Amino acid sequence: MTRLATAFAKPHRALVTFVTAGDGPTADILDALVEGGADVIELGMPFTDPMADGPAIQAANIRSLLAGTKTADILAIAKAFRFRHPEVPLVLMGYANPMTIRGPEWFAAAAKEAGVDGVICVDIPPEEDPELGPALRAVGIDPIRLATPTTDAARLPTVLDGASGFLYYVSVAGITGLQQAQQTSIDEAVARLKAHTNLPVAVGFGVRTPEQAAAIARVADGVVVGSAIVELVATHGVDAPAYVRAYIESLATAIHAATKEVA
Amino acid sequence: MNAPNSFRTQPDDRGHFGAFGGRYVAETLMPLVLELDTAYRAAKADPAFRLQFDDLLEHYVGRPSPLYYAERLTEALREGAPDGKGAQIWFKRDELNHTGAHKINNCIGQILLAMRMGKTRIIAETGAGQHGVATATVCARFGLPCIIYMGAKDIERQAPNVFRMKLLGAEVRPVTSGSHSLKDAMNEGMRDWVANVHDTFYIIGTAAGPHPYPEMVRDFQSVIGTEARAQMLSRINRLPDLLVAAIGGGSNAIGLFHPFLDDGDVMMLGVEAAGRGLDKEHAASLAGGSPGILHGNKTYLLQDEDGQITEAHSISAGLDYPGIGPEHSWLHSIGRVEYTSVTDTEALDAFQLLCRTEGIIPALEPAHAIAAVATRAREMDRDQIILANLCGRGDKDIFTVAEALGVKI
Repeated sequence: MTRLATAFAKPHRALVTFVTAGDGPTADILDALVEGGADVIELGMPFTDPMADGPAIQAANIRSLLAGTKTADILAIAKAFRFRHPEVPLVLMGYANPMTIRGPEWFAAAAKEAGVDGVICVDIPPEEDPELGPALRAVGIDPIRLATPTTDAARLPTVLDGASGFLYYVSVAGITGLQQAQQTSIDEAVARLKAHTNLPVAVGFGVRTPEQAAAIARVADGVVVGSAIVELVATHGVDAPAYVRAYIESLATAIHAATKEVA
Repeated sequence: MNAPNSFRTQPDDRGHFGAFGGRYVAETLMPLVLELDTAYRAAKADPAFRLQFDDLLEHYVGRPSPLYYAERLTEALREGAPDGKGAQIWFKRDELNHTGAHKINNCIGQILLAMRMGKTRIIAETGAGQHGVATATVCARFGLPCIIYMGAKDIERQAPNVFRMKLLGAEVRPVTSGSHSLKDAMNEGMRDWVANVHDTFYIIGTAAGPHPYPEMVRDFQSVIGTEARAQMLSRINRLPDLLVAAIGGGSNAIGLFHPFLDDGDVMMLGVEAAGRGLDKEHAASLAGGSPGILHGNKTYLLQDEDGQITEAHSISAGLDYPGIGPEHSWLHSIGRVEYTSVTDTEALDAFQLLCRTEGIIPALEPAHAIAAVATRAREMDRDQIILANLCGRGDKDIFTVAEALGVKI
């Protein structure tokens, strides 16, 4: 079983956490995420033009790039994480251009070598899969697809064709971190997705509080939290790991409790 | 390489111009982009849509724009040219359009499509402000709310156009992310669109973005080349030897070039902005960039070795973009169109030359084309013809030019 499959097979619903690489003390923040109870780590690759991101993650991208973060640094962060945490699944998330600039095979090989389990590329839809998907599959990295409120029943098979690892349900038609979807719409969407796929479904965009996370955990296999963590990094800088750990603990506790309720 | 039967059959049904173009957008937008494509195919096949478009171009925009022989410019460039050299220079006068540039052609087409699709809110990005003004204009004309994203840096250097947009009832939203210019305005446009997919139509101003935008913008702008071709044949019963147009994203250039692409004897020259020089800050994606993915398409971009987009510079806000439309990348790769670049200084010289020889104040964008024309005309025979697109007028740029020339006004 892959590390991702193992994480989603745990007795509780998965907490999927996002942080931007190179923004703040990333290695320590990643350790804090794991210690706090995160089950899957998404490591954001900063990009100059993060079109799908809201203000919090845009700012994190810019801070990271201004600090001089290079692709080689991100891969080194991933590799060191894999050494420290052999079992925790690590997903790289970002935009097409930094991932494909040296060719998809280069990126897939470098990510594999760094111990990466999955890749979420925001701006490569299934229609452009040849740009990156085949190279990832060839080395055994899961290309993780996104489904959104605008992905209708007719389109869903296109999204699922070639998807692996888990399915990331973007619960809001919008950019990251701004609004929270109505819980009833999430419930319906997850039920619809699960009727079409055996992949675990993780729900994200706008999730901030333990209560929201718990509500989602009652219906979905995973809960994704990103902007709220990135904001803690923005606020606390080098001191962020302790705050991140405490915050992740509060989310993990809520998710574990919610899992027991539905069990 | 074997030449294709036609250079005018791109893109394929997935929006690829050879290795360029495509649809690189977030999943939230993908269904919308597909819906737009379907709606555009239907509109393109509907004679009523074409009639409505043509009618507005004639009676609202003022088309056809004149084809003009620039006699004094031709003579001026012959001075100092080798014996027998100094081609005849003709202009397609798209600066005489309503709103002062070619941008309105595309906006008319896209707003008609938006209304056909039942969209009730219009957004757009703008660099120099010409596309913003054109979008605000058609929104006022059809009574739709209009939001224009504009880099904070561009708002500062294009104040007259900002005021025009506001007079026309548009809301101008300053963009302070990234480099505060056109590419960042386009990012904000995409973010707005993704958050308002149910009612919003994004009028992209250049022949770039996810499919079908590059094709659609080209089709709407092709009125420039279609008219010019017919006007040339009717006036002098021959086609030009060389077409010249400035390129930021490349909408006026592709609009001029596309109807001539299969005329094998017509050479074409696209002029990028070399800014302070190709070895310094510039906006010449083909000359100084490499292929990559940005704003929904694969095309030549200014970027570093990690694929981070680098900032473009040009004295012309309309050319200050780190990418280029994908069809230009394709035409460059197959060699059908030649591309060159012109510096800020050369463009300023050409700007003044046209003012003095022809009594036409051009925008800084076509001033780049005119600079290239000046070089080429001296290398070509006197019986040869250059046709350049005068894609915008310079009223908006007089403050920038004054500052560059050290004049206080």
